[in-house]
Amino acid sequence: MADVLAPPPGIEAEGLPPGAIERPDFEIVPRKGLIIVGVLAVLLIVAIAVNKLWPLMFLHVAGGAAWTITDLFLGLVLGPIIARMSIPARVEFTTRLMPKMVLIMPTVVTLTLAAGWQLGSKLGTVLSSYPNHGWVVASFIVVGVMSVIALGLLEPANIAVLIELKKPRPNPQVIERLMKRFIYSAGILGVMQIATLVIMTKLSAG
Amino acid sequence: MNERRLPPVTQIGMASLALIVAGGIYLSSHLPNHVPLGPAVALLVASALLLIANFIALARVQGFAWNRFFAVAKWSLLAYVFTAGMIEYAFLRDHVSGGTLLVLTLSLVVYAVHVPTLMGFTVARYYDPEQEAIGGIGV
Repeated sequence: MADVLAPPPGIEAEGLPPGAIERPDFEIVPRKGLIIVGVLAVLLIVAIAVNKLWPLMFLHVAGGAAWTITDLFLGLVLGPIIARMSIPARVEFTTRLMPKMVLIMPTVVTLTLAAGWQLGSKLGTVLSSYPNHGWVVASFIVVGVMSVIALGLLEPANIAVLIELKKPRPNPQVIERLMKRFIYSAGILGVMQIATLVIMTKLSAG
Repeated sequence: MNERRLPPVTQIGMASLALIVAGGIYLSSHLPNHVPLGPAVALLVASALLLIANFIALARVQGFAWNRFFAVAKWSLLAYVFTAGMIEYAFLRDHVSGGTLLVLTLSLVVYAVHVPTLMGFTVARYYDPEQEAIGGIGV
């Protein structure tokens, strides 16, 4: 189902087409997706509690792969495409993509980091006696910088753009500004994921 | 668009998060050796002070959309308390204790409060009473 939104005053002056903006109806946080998130959270807690190698390895590798690929694809492929879309196309794409990102990104990040920390504790790779300890600390720093960007810039922009779109008369300038912030943040995170790949492959190779 | 001047809440929030992340990296990079807690405590205190500074700065803004802020921040707080709880669980599972556990737990408190603050602020700063009068939003 789609909602037809009246354009805000001055929209034509911004070079946007006159007439209504159409956007599909959406939930800011998809309720059905919360079930999957809940299941994954339970799996993570169980994996940490039983402290077995395979479940921890699976959640860390699967979560890390999803995180890395999503960041790279969004930041370096989808981001530039979205930036060149017309406003109505961008609005429609945003209303379909962003609610899913609200659930996907925090979930894969939590899975990757929590399972990864427990895995490192179990294998002893987080200890300062580990031969490649400098690389491990480098991964902490990369993840730390990525977390600050994701938590401070990307996630708030994600939520704010969805709430703006939910308004009866969303302001295209606000959406434009927030989407720009989201896309630039995703681009920086995508580039930093390359550093993650370098570090993780080095740690795996020994 | 609402272009009124607002305090640099996002920048201060990111600096605060960076400080507790730095403290966490400092502590975790020395495991399992005993490490002086002084630097981590200093980073935590600086981070907490920035959090307080952010709230004071926001409280001084005339006509700030607190209803919109809390509508978003309360649900974000729920989500980030949950993730902080999971991280705390991992610390306890790994037998982290004493001063290190206290510093890490307080760092998680700052994280769980500051991230929802940034979310609430980012939404509330674009609040427009005219838009609200048209029909509000369904958060």
